[in-house]
Amino acid sequence: MTRGSARLPWGPMARMAGRRLLAAVPVLAAVTFGVFAIAAASPFDPAQAYAGSAGLSAGQGVLDQLRENLGADRPFAVRWWDWITAALTGDLGDSSSLRQPVAQVIGERVGWSVLLCAVAFALALAVGTALGVLAARRRGGLFDRAVTSVAYALEAAPPFWLGLLAIWLFALKLDALPAGGLTDTGSDAATPGQIASHVVLPAVVLAVSQLPWFVLYVRQGVGDALEEDPVRGARARGLRERTVLLHHALRSGLLPVLTLIGSRVPELITGALLVETVFSWPGIASATVEAATKVDFPLLAALTVLATAAVLVGNLLSDLLYGLADPRVGFDG
Amino acid sequence: MAETVSGTARRAPRVPRPSVSGALVAAVVLVALLVPALVPLDEQAVDLGARLRPPSWSHPFGTDEVGRDLLLRCVYGLRVSLLVGVVAAFAATVVGTAVGALAGALGGWADRVVMRVVDLCSSVPHLLLGIFVVAMFRPGVWPVIVSVAFTHWLSTARIVRAEVLSLRSRPYIDAAVAGGSSRWRVTVRHLLPGVLPQAGLAAVLMVPHAIWHESALSFLGLGLPTHQASLGNMVQAARGSLLAGDWWPTLFPGLFIIVPTLAVAGLAATWRDRLNPRRRSEPTL
Repeated sequence: MTRGSARLPWGPMARMAGRRLLAAVPVLAAVTFGVFAIAAASPFDPAQAYAGSAGLSAGQGVLDQLRENLGADRPFAVRWWDWITAALTGDLGDSSSLRQPVAQVIGERVGWSVLLCAVAFALALAVGTALGVLAARRRGGLFDRAVTSVAYALEAAPPFWLGLLAIWLFALKLDALPAGGLTDTGSDAATPGQIASHVVLPAVVLAVSQLPWFVLYVRQGVGDALEEDPVRGARARGLRERTVLLHHALRSGLLPVLTLIGSRVPELITGALLVETVFSWPGIASATVEAATKVDFPLLAALTVLATAAVLVGNLLSDLLYGLADPRVGFDG
Repeated sequence: MAETVSGTARRAPRVPRPSVSGALVAAVVLVALLVPALVPLDEQAVDLGARLRPPSWSHPFGTDEVGRDLLLRCVYGLRVSLLVGVVAAFAATVVGTAVGALAGALGGWADRVVMRVVDLCSSVPHLLLGIFVVAMFRPGVWPVIVSVAFTHWLSTARIVRAEVLSLRSRPYIDAAVAGGSSRWRVTVRHLLPGVLPQAGLAAVLMVPHAIWHESALSFLGLGLPTHQASLGNMVQAARGSLLAGDWWPTLFPGLFIIVPTLAVAGLAATWRDRLNPRRRSEPTL
């Protein structure tokens, strides 16, 4: 598995990425179409949403005028096409709740979400692998049963509930970490130290909500590998248990897990939606929830498409890793 | 260390044993159904003299910020969550089974189109799609049920389609076709009964998922109205008292979400072993 980077099959991988990019165009177009269709079928009124509270007292004539100005009186398929063509030039419309361009909202916030998710994902991968290997070492043992029981309980636990309990314990009772936000109240400058201390709690909670999957899959993979012939052969040669576990079983047991991590993007987004809201983290997931409560269609539509794109990228990553890990699969998909 | 040559270590108890999880599921359902009928206490009874009391003998789960008994409120919240979860899971299973069976039975381009739509819907994260639907249709009981069902029929459709495809190659189907049964008759009389056990398993497993989704939506303020307090609403309402340092209004509704989920997972694992005796399956959530 220690192939030099020079020997990576860049050509086939790039071709696969290109094909997937082409395949993503109709998918994203269809998802945006579905988003516009759902909005058209709902009682949602763009003019009311745009006018905000002023729209409640505005006369019917004013609203009709506004509707015409916004182009909301045209069929949704036309509005969908206008949105697509404008989006290609980078214009995603204006957020009705934040009163700024949607592209600007995304640009300001996406980095914070990526930071949070990356830290949480790395943490879940590292801790999940360690716990999974230790549990797989003796399946059915006391440690294994404890780890898997806790994993199932955590899988069932809602992340927002874990987040609130974490705030209670670490921010209120122990006073060790800040309860939310990006910076301390009263200071505007986001110094690296402040960001680091504020990212710990939400990232740990997000990691814990992702942890059960990693633990259970690594445990399964490594546990199965421990019962296969290469490992039995290594043991027969008299290798130390640690060498067998880390160099033989972990290597073959971890590969199927690594190839699946790209498909975890939907769960990561789901977790981020809840965790960012609990911790008032200024990312796009919390913006999505705010946009939903304020029925901010332009922002919500753009963020739904963005999330779908992230899922597709995750799937591509998964398949690329799979092709790398198992050359028989290749890059034809 | 190297003693696990046979598969003996594989049968580790991971979630409560079948009997335990079965008893738990029965207990949850019975509590949700019977307590309101048998216990003559009002879960909305406000007692401003007993606000935010920690757990004690008279209030095992403590009281909330207006002095309502949290044990009673959790039971009523479980009732709401369970009702929404069961209705949503049932709707999702009916749609998923119909679509999956149709795709599998028709085959050809109809199958391809349906599965493309399923793939398409799966590429949007479920909670996000649910949030979008609820936001557009305004929060309420029916939008929540529709949004949960709308995002959860996909997996059932996949399972049922795969099952139909494997059943189609069985001799008894060939016999039915050779005997002159129409495609419709083969589907309804022979294929559909064959997939019902799998669909039923999927439906049971989906109830905790649906409860989870409903509680997440309710927590975000996009779910049920506050007067129909589900477990998610209760966690949301407890945020204020949690930040004041009182943990019990947050802790117990969450436990009421976790316990039924674990019980159902254990029960479903046993069910799956019955359906598929050769493979001892891991419970999935």
